[in-house]
Amino acid sequence: MRGWPGAVAAAAVAVLLFGPLLAVMARGGSMPGLTSADWAAVRFTVSQALVSAVFSLGLAVPVARALARQRFKGRGLLVTLLGAPFILPVIVAVFGLLAVFGRGGVVNNLLAAVGLPTLSIYGFWGVVLGHVFFNMPLATRFLLQGWLAIPAERFRLAESLRLPVFRVLEWPMLRSVGPGVFMVVFALCLTSFAVALTLGGGPGATTVELAIYQAMRFDFDLGKAAVLSLVQVGLTGMAAAAAGVLTVPEGFGAGLDRTVPRWGRSSRGLDVIVIALAALFLILPLGAVVVRGLSGLTGLPASVGWAALRSLMVALLAAGLTVALALPMALRSRGRWIGLLPLALSPLVLGTGVFLIAQPLVNPTRLALPVTVVLNALLCLPFAIRVLGPAVDGIEAGYGRLATSVGLTGWGRLRVLLLPRLRRQIGFVAGLAAALSMGDLGVITLFAGQDHATLPLVMYRLMGSYRTEAASGAALLLLALSLALFWVFDRGGRVDVDA
Amino acid sequence: MLTLEKVRVSQDGFDMAADLVLGAGQITALIGPSGAGKSTLLAAVAGFVQVASGRVLWDGSDITDLPPGNRPVSILFQDNNLFPHLTVSQNVGLGLRPSLRLSTDEKGRVEAALGRVGLAGFGGRKPGQLSGGQASRAALARVLVANRPLVLLDEPFAALGPGLREEMLDLVRDILIGAGKTVILVTHDPGDARRVAAETVLIWEGRAEGPYQTGPLFDDPPEALKTYLGQGR
Repeated sequence: MRGWPGAVAAAAVAVLLFGPLLAVMARGGSMPGLTSADWAAVRFTVSQALVSAVFSLGLAVPVARALARQRFKGRGLLVTLLGAPFILPVIVAVFGLLAVFGRGGVVNNLLAAVGLPTLSIYGFWGVVLGHVFFNMPLATRFLLQGWLAIPAERFRLAESLRLPVFRVLEWPMLRSVGPGVFMVVFALCLTSFAVALTLGGGPGATTVELAIYQAMRFDFDLGKAAVLSLVQVGLTGMAAAAAGVLTVPEGFGAGLDRTVPRWGRSSRGLDVIVIALAALFLILPLGAVVVRGLSGLTGLPASVGWAALRSLMVALLAAGLTVALALPMALRSRGRWIGLLPLALSPLVLGTGVFLIAQPLVNPTRLALPVTVVLNALLCLPFAIRVLGPAVDGIEAGYGRLATSVGLTGWGRLRVLLLPRLRRQIGFVAGLAAALSMGDLGVITLFAGQDHATLPLVMYRLMGSYRTEAASGAALLLLALSLALFWVFDRGGRVDVDA
Repeated sequence: MLTLEKVRVSQDGFDMAADLVLGAGQITALIGPSGAGKSTLLAAVAGFVQVASGRVLWDGSDITDLPPGNRPVSILFQDNNLFPHLTVSQNVGLGLRPSLRLSTDEKGRVEAALGRVGLAGFGGRKPGQLSGGQASRAALARVLVANRPLVLLDEPFAALGPGLREEMLDLVRDILIGAGKTVILVTHDPGDARRVAAETVLIWEGRAEGPYQTGPLFDDPPEALKTYLGQGR
């Protein structure tokens, strides 16, 4: 029983990945080479990802260090908040960033008031800003884990010998953890689509992912989209290979509520400033979404309500599918790596592949929602496997022999031992998949016609047509629904669980 | 009656040989220093380690190739003898039905077993709400209800204080032997063996010797056992 469902799931995942990939290769392989605009997109993609990763990691170091050292009221809340951007719909975050850094935003108003030149949030630096907003908190959590993994005894020893703590303890930790974190952020920025869609664009600020979208939606040039997809596969494949060489941080760290003990020489003042700035950077855009959204909620058009229902359905189905694929694959150690493969493919590449396969058979618009469900589940699979796989191994290590000795095998073992003990992880994975799918603004843009828009897409269209009032209401609704979905699933996995 | 017929076990580069017949309806102690192979031998009887050669027989029938769950064997480990997410009653019920779908009659037997080990009324609790001694009692109740005549104890009481450990050993003797089970007890404490074991097997550098009558063995120990017991004795 442990065997075949996992094998079936792995086979299904392989087909869902390689089918679109082969379709892209078949179409793109025979096409002419890249234009200069395509090369510009490649250069922009790589350079913005590099700069985003440098800034995310560079800013995360002082924030993580300050959080590791200082204990204060609300610290736990702030650490939780650092996890929020990961499940935040991109379009909502961009809306918040526009409110703070955009034209007429808080920052520019301040700059104008003191007579300084104002900033533009669009283009290269806007894309970088968006990516730093999402990835600096993620990097901070990974680094914080690294800091807290240094045994307290070593800090005590270093202090007693009056050794420079940074050089003997913190720098070696950063050197071992940092490259992996950098690579994760770099890879995420390579394939990120919605940030480039909203803050980039134009000849100087188009990513490959965005170019695929434009080739499909504006030029109706499937061949060009396929060629660009192959380029993107090359980029993400290289990044995934590099990440495979480096040690990539695991999971989403529990137990971040401790602090590193400090003796003597403490620079509390600087730490407080760093933490305050990081908190403001996170809270201001989200706060803006809430404040503006409250006034927009009343006048929401009916289309927003229907879109919200469609998105909820997509999110729930994608969460179910993610668990249905990930759980059987996690239960057997063989073939688990297949579940990590989606990391090497981007949403729009897969979407293009599906489009190429579907187009001769059926109007792709009609497939918009099912494809969104399936591809989102696929893209969540690596996270799910990384959470569930080690959990299954831990349960087997601790209780496998006891279960075997009382005769628990097959379905009985799953029902009596594994499912109850995996509840927390399953809840977390389902919550993650639901929230990410709720906020997805990637695959859906390739397929959707006027009728099948999801909430993120409707919100994007409202923003595009300058219906700011309705857009802000939709933003708040989307934010609330995403966080609520995650909370409900994650909470459902936690209540009444015994250690 | 458990027969180990020219059994050889290899585990992680460690070899263990045994050729023994252990009597039914009594407690037999396996004693020896740590690393001598006590747990390896027990794992072979339980089926967690495949024997390299030889046969394991229970009452004359060959169980060498049976999977652990199909052997007439219950085993208690040093820790993790209860599932923390199941109630005490459910943990005990696993001994009757791994599916946990118990009939009214079987539920009654679970209650009765809890009563026998002194845990009447504790059925609804989770293991996290039990003391170490109570958790050991709950595990014994599961062993008691299971239709498995051979019980292997791999130092399950090692973490308990001396008084509590003796209490548990007495309980094993009174209820498990009283119910007609055969018990093999791994220990490194001669006091444990003297207290409850009719016979004792010495495990020494990968070899098993015995069984000996426990009393006479410790009254006049052979050289190897003297070394283990120490000069101060």
